[in-house]
Amino acid sequence: MALIELSAIERRFQLGDTTVHALAGLNLQIEAGEYVAVMGPSGSGKSTLLNLLGLLDRPNAGTYKLEGRDVTTLSPDEQATVRSTRIGFVFQSFHLVPRLTAAENIALPMTLAGTPAAERKQRVARALKDFGLDNRADHKPDELSGGQRQRVAIARATIMQPALILADEPTGNLDRHTGEEVVNLLEALNARGVTLVVVTHDPGMGARARRQLVMEDGRLQSDSGTADISILGKISGRP
Amino acid sequence: MRLTDTLRFARDAAAGTPLRTALSVLAMSIGVAAVVILTALGDGARRYVVGQFSSLGTNLVIVLPGRSGTGGFNPANAITSTPRDLTIDDAASLKRLPGVRRVAPLAVGSSEISFGGKLREIMVAGSTAEFIPIRNFELAQGQGLPEEDWNRGSSVAVIGAKIRSELFGSNPAIGQLIRVGDRRLRVVGVLKSTGQGLGMNTDELVIVPVSLAQSLFNSNTLFRIMVEASNRETIPSAKAQTLATLKQRHRGEEDVTVITQDAVLATFDRLLGTLTLGVAGIAAISLAVAGILVMNVMLVAVTQRTGEIGLLKALGATARTIRLAFLAEAAMLSAVGAVVGYLLGQLGAFALRQFFPVFPAYPPDWAVIAGLSTALVTGLLFGVMPARRAARLDPVQALMKR
Repeated sequence: MALIELSAIERRFQLGDTTVHALAGLNLQIEAGEYVAVMGPSGSGKSTLLNLLGLLDRPNAGTYKLEGRDVTTLSPDEQATVRSTRIGFVFQSFHLVPRLTAAENIALPMTLAGTPAAERKQRVARALKDFGLDNRADHKPDELSGGQRQRVAIARATIMQPALILADEPTGNLDRHTGEEVVNLLEALNARGVTLVVVTHDPGMGARARRQLVMEDGRLQSDSGTADISILGKISGRP
Repeated sequence: MRLTDTLRFARDAAAGTPLRTALSVLAMSIGVAAVVILTALGDGARRYVVGQFSSLGTNLVIVLPGRSGTGGFNPANAITSTPRDLTIDDAASLKRLPGVRRVAPLAVGSSEISFGGKLREIMVAGSTAEFIPIRNFELAQGQGLPEEDWNRGSSVAVIGAKIRSELFGSNPAIGQLIRVGDRRLRVVGVLKSTGQGLGMNTDELVIVPVSLAQSLFNSNTLFRIMVEASNRETIPSAKAQTLATLKQRHRGEEDVTVITQDAVLATFDRLLGTLTLGVAGIAAISLAVAGILVMNVMLVAVTQRTGEIGLLKALGATARTIRLAFLAEAAMLSAVGAVVGYLLGQLGAFALRQFFPVFPAYPPDWAVIAGLSTALVTGLLFGVMPARRAARLDPVQALMKR
């Protein structure tokens, strides 16, 4: 069973009196544990696809199955629960809450989910350690460097141990060196079995993914192909 | 999201914009403080007046000459418009009524008092020995007017505390001869200082026998007759019998007005109570204005934190969670404002009491409760709309905003 199964997805936007087909008849399958880069020019539908995968947006037609379950028909609250437990987001502009400390930002998904404070504290402490942010726990976002901010954001995206991480230009606001660090972090997560979908303009970053989707005008222009399951198994079996 | 987390989140959010938060808290607190102080004033006035009326005496029935105006013009009134005067005999006739404990006629006028070359204008009350106990006056020295035939006034006077100190200084006053108008009177008693009383300042009062006062003012009429009923239950019957007796004595004409202290008290109580309520209503308008301000602040907060709301949704917050977070923030603003306003109001009422000690400016409990709950309810009510707006935001659109 594929982690993500999109069939005949349509997403239209009304801009004035013209209808824009952001996604037109999209079919896509992504297996658990894959590392997929979505590329394409601006307006090709990359972001729309990512929003759809993250249940932030609904298609006008077609079905989206996440872990075999049709999620397009879920109520907004049920979708919120799916987002909370199965999906992690990493944004280009980090989207940290400025008045909360690094630790509080990382804890935010658990806070929203109602996890008890004691457990939150323990898991945040571990995350801070894993992401090398031990001595930054009580810093506000504006006291952190860009790389540190994105690490906080990634820690936040993974704190609920999601199956899927959606990253929208995660290195877009970072210099080359820190961008490299962030990509390494994301790839390390993928190596531990988390499915990673990255939207990027950067061909270098796209090339590092094991599967490249190139979009144009709401359609898949090219797909480097579903990775061989046996290879995937070998990769994800790697320590 | 857990309740404590929601509250902490809302608190941090409010603390994140200190100026805006402080201003809306200030607006709310001014509203609540206005309610507390204004009702303290209104209720203080009510208590003051009621207290003054009670100090007139207890279980009083008061007879006034003349009919208090009811109805329109009546030809019969045009002929017999001059009311018959109240006389000492009228007063004396009431003494024998059942249910009446004491009766005191009262004639009032102003005159001059002189002693040892000092001269001053005073108020003279002509009455009987009963007057002092009926009005709950107390004597500092000496005794009251003598028990005697009401029509034969002996030449004695009871003087107020201020007159005593002005005329006699530290010398003894009892037994001294003073001149009031053209009479020489002996001081037999001095009233205890009571300060301001309703209508009459007893400190500057001289009480003389009623017939003496009448000849002093050269008239036969009484200003009032004070009747004290033997207890609270007999007040109505005392009133009815007083009226009946006087009507009979005045050849069937009802040309006097009989009022009971209770009725007057109740009227004032009601009047000033309504006034307080009205004042509270006006003050409540400022609470509504404060509520609208809280709504404005919350709407601005929603607009300013659109990106954050989008993020919260992406992180799995349900619409309910977001609604509650914003509602909690609005509630917090108004709750803090209400508490600050309550303290400010109590402080203001305290200051009032310090400056005007005779004025019991305590805010009534109902006003405090109503003020606080109006503040909370308006805060919540006006918080609902911004909170719903936040919860309804489209996450994709919201996330695009920074």
